[in-house]
Amino acid sequence: MFRLLSPIILLILGLVGCDSNPDRIVTVEFWAMGQEGERVRMLLPEFERRHPGIRVRVQQLPWSAAHEKLLTAYVGRTMPDIFQLGNTWIPEFVALRAIAPLDERLRTGSNLALHDYFPGILATNRLNGHTYALPWYVDTRLFFYRSDLLAAAGFSTPPTGWDGWRQAMTRLKGLAGPDRYAILLPINEWQLPVILALQCGAPLLRDQDRYGDFRDPRFRAAFAFYLGLFESDLAPPVSNAQMANLYQEFANGSFALYVTGPWNIGEFGRRLPAAIQPDWNTAPLPGFGDAPPCPGQDPENGAIGVSLAGGASLALARTSPRQEAAWLLLEFLAEPAQQAHFYQLTGDLPARQTAWNDPALAGNRHAQAFRQQLQYVQATPPIPEWERIAHRIAYYAELAIRKQMSVDEALTALDRDVDQILAKRRWLLERGLIP
Amino acid sequence: MIGPERHAALSGWAFLAPALLLIAVFFFLPVMAALALSFTDFDIYALGDLQRLRFIGFDNYLQLLQSPLFWIALGNTAYFVVVGGPLSVAISLGAALLVNSRLTHGSAWFRTALFLPVVTTLVAVAVVWRYLYHPRYGLLNYGLSLFGVEPIDWLGDPNWAMPAIILMAVWKNFGFNMIIFIAGLQNIPPPLYEAARIDGANAWQQFRYITLPLLGPTFLFVALMTMIGYFQVFAEPYVMTQGGPANRTMSVVLLMYEEGFRWWNMGYASAAAFVLFALILAATMLQLQLRRRGSS
Repeated sequence: MFRLLSPIILLILGLVGCDSNPDRIVTVEFWAMGQEGERVRMLLPEFERRHPGIRVRVQQLPWSAAHEKLLTAYVGRTMPDIFQLGNTWIPEFVALRAIAPLDERLRTGSNLALHDYFPGILATNRLNGHTYALPWYVDTRLFFYRSDLLAAAGFSTPPTGWDGWRQAMTRLKGLAGPDRYAILLPINEWQLPVILALQCGAPLLRDQDRYGDFRDPRFRAAFAFYLGLFESDLAPPVSNAQMANLYQEFANGSFALYVTGPWNIGEFGRRLPAAIQPDWNTAPLPGFGDAPPCPGQDPENGAIGVSLAGGASLALARTSPRQEAAWLLLEFLAEPAQQAHFYQLTGDLPARQTAWNDPALAGNRHAQAFRQQLQYVQATPPIPEWERIAHRIAYYAELAIRKQMSVDEALTALDRDVDQILAKRRWLLERGLIP
Repeated sequence: MIGPERHAALSGWAFLAPALLLIAVFFFLPVMAALALSFTDFDIYALGDLQRLRFIGFDNYLQLLQSPLFWIALGNTAYFVVVGGPLSVAISLGAALLVNSRLTHGSAWFRTALFLPVVTTLVAVAVVWRYLYHPRYGLLNYGLSLFGVEPIDWLGDPNWAMPAIILMAVWKNFGFNMIIFIAGLQNIPPPLYEAARIDGANAWQQFRYITLPLLGPTFLFVALMTMIGYFQVFAEPYVMTQGGPANRTMSVVLLMYEEGFRWWNMGYASAAAFVLFALILAATMLQLQLRRRGSS
């Protein structure tokens, strides 16, 4: 009998014990992804020292399952108090009404200097005039290149403008021979065609993002430029899945240029053989400058063209009863000192510009191009359907690269598909069910 | 009073109840829910607010049947089933005959070795096969080059990607069917072969008139299971090609997965699932019908 009762008694004692605890500790549930979720724990002792009444419980989600897990948590009403999310997911979570807007907290009694954030990155966290999240770390795409191969092609310093880079690529291809290429542009990625379109000033969507606008001459020009890189045999028509080992291929000169993001600074450093280490560098993406196809669109006259405003943000769950404590954690993680420390722990580039003056980051020669590039980043259309639309762009670009469709056919089909994807959005807008 | 027959029936139901309950809760209920979903436009917007959900009747099904991507996926799946299925069955039967042969020494070792791919993790297999298929350093192209064959871009060429996937899938899966065939072969009474030999039947005649007919039920089981499994092809293209190049390895289940769990079009994805279910059901009925007609 007692054996049956004892767990119950213990449970009751436990409950009473908790309740009689005088200093009421608040436990904030924090979900973060991948290595960020693992390493952020090292910042937390300092936070808990400053706020003795708050404990933070970090749950680490793998990136591959994070999106699904957050959505199921939302459906199951088990959202954490504060969570990390890719900044392209923000429109979706806003549509779900899963995020608490931060406007009120930013207006009253916060010493957060918003102007210290990279403006293009901060913009991705704002929607319909509200700020829904704050950038945690940033991400954009630019050139990783083999400086030795470029020098052998006659460019001891990186060229300027797409015009210059395109000449360099032609020479690189000439030296490389039939099996090697100047640049790797995985055909399943939508990023470069979209970046080129943004550089041309293409609107991508029209009528308040109700319809696709891919037959716009500016998009068309950018698209044709992108296809031209394959047509001239400068880039091989391969997808990511086909690259057995990207780093090995870069090391043996299968391609000299690659458009990718900051996570590869660390990966290249770790995975490329020591002999190649001095021979790779990063450079901001060029702009079109005065050269066709899209003259006069970029601010630096060809020296730097816009790239994508990516990265991860931190948001508070709308349903959380512990928003006060979660906000304190968000403010803490946004401090430049913590941002710099987080960079040292993870290699993730800080969203606050003052954090970049930290010696560890200022001394990283591969990171400097990112600092330049981050001044010129632009967001993709802030609607939940964007990822899906982007996927269609890559799909039709692939068909055009493989000559299974002409440029006209591809863009017409793209507009048709995108109009269909946006049908629900149009219906919701008509009914006033979304702003 | 309850009669003895009623009593027996009642206790039968009582014994069945736990299993039936589990099946009802974890199978029939979700399937019914999915069927209901397939008549709505349930998506990410509806997840946030049910006001944003519409009942759209058969629109998902109509849209699916009008979508070129669905027909591409269906064509690819049919290709996989029609080429991969018979190939897999034939290779398993061949392997089973070899392993079961009196002339094979160490048949237990061969059985284990040939079964190994079945228990290996697909993702690990995919990594290795991606190297085998590599156009420049792949072992496969190296082997072909010895015969003067030009290098083939196995996973990158739209025409070769599906054969490459089939080859890998067959290699990965034939061991399972082989074990079932071996069990079937061992069930054939040896005296039949002895009698046939006395009558002067050669090896082919023994195979044709004894082995094949007596393997009939095993054959039917293996063929049905393989067909159903191959209709649901997902993991191989998912890890090897993600449906590419140019959607040439996009299968119906991969399409359903992308629509449902990548883009959260639950309604549309459910419709795709039910269309596939109807197709598998029809194909199974057809095969059973053919078999019945063949045996009568």
